[in-house]
Amino acid sequence: MEPAAKENAEIQVGIADYKIARNPGRLITLGLGSCVGVSLYDPVARVGGLLHVMLPDSTQFNNINKPAKFADLGIPLLVKEMHYLGAVVRRLQAKLVGGAQMFSGLDDKMTLNIGLRNTEKSREVLKKLGVPVMSEEVGGNRGRTMILNTVTGEVVIRTLGNKLKVI
Amino acid sequence: MTKIPELSAMHMDALREISNIGMGNAITSLAQLVNRRINMSVPLATFTSFEDTVQMAGGPEELVSCVSVRLSGDVPGLVLFVFNSQSTLKLIDMLMGMEPGTGVEMDEMGESAVKEVGNVLTGSFVSALSSLTSLSIKSAVPMFAYDMLGAVLTSLMVASGRTEDRVLVLETKLFQDQEEANISGHFFMFTEPGAIQKLFDALGFAMS
Repeated sequence: MEPAAKENAEIQVGIADYKIARNPGRLITLGLGSCVGVSLYDPVARVGGLLHVMLPDSTQFNNINKPAKFADLGIPLLVKEMHYLGAVVRRLQAKLVGGAQMFSGLDDKMTLNIGLRNTEKSREVLKKLGVPVMSEEVGGNRGRTMILNTVTGEVVIRTLGNKLKVI
Repeated sequence: MTKIPELSAMHMDALREISNIGMGNAITSLAQLVNRRINMSVPLATFTSFEDTVQMAGGPEELVSCVSVRLSGDVPGLVLFVFNSQSTLKLIDMLMGMEPGTGVEMDEMGESAVKEVGNVLTGSFVSALSSLTSLSIKSAVPMFAYDMLGAVLTSLMVASGRTEDRVLVLETKLFQDQEEANISGHFFMFTEPGAIQKLFDALGFAMS
């Protein structure tokens, strides 16, 4: 993957994808529902990475064409790529956003809380890698947009009808 | 990965025809309910990637209302109706018997009104599909969300287990006598590629 180091531009991270940026780049992922946005940041090298996880566990699937779709594969992959680009793994700090339960209704099969499972799996994988989770904005029933600022390491969260929140 | 069958213009016409019939029924009962004349059209039917689908319906951060119903039986999948916030408010006005443009926000009444419309529309679509194809299709209870389009659609895709497939999209327009009251919505169907094939087989089309 190419390091995206353009001036101040917002670099979009798609669904089941990840991107890395250096100071002063910003990484953005739009409309997180049950998906979880995992940001990693090295405050010394000022390298940031953002991953848009859709599902917790790849071991339940046979054909894996996009490892970034899964928390268990995507997070280690992002850590590795960031290491190549000058981030030091023991300095990395994580933030988690998303993992909501978007729908209300009585259909049990549709209310399996995949958002919660995405969040829990992400925490577990980060813990195994020794990356501390600095802050979180997870759960609830709202869609969220997440922006990582590689100058400060701050994460801005946008929800519809609410003020921006910084974590 | 299962190969996604190519759909010809003829197949898309057939799908559009099915939805015309299905939604035509739904609109009739809707018109009786609100005692107004309502027409409808399906200007666009397409089978496309998830990303394109989101762009088509207004982008990932567009505020939408969404009613979804899970299908089981011969065509397992998910059907859903998406209205952008403007159309949602017009829809509520229409159902509450108010002048179009007077509604300002979504409340519990509005939510149940939109849910009901979505339920009627998806229900009629499914029963038309079922009777035209003689396939057995059962629908579950409707689910509702009012939030960012991207968040709503990805969550549904994940929950329905269809994270790879392309999506069938039918753009739907509802017309009333006054032009400003026109409502535009998108109808989506997530199915396994095999299920779409089953539909066309039942309709007597050979897949290319």
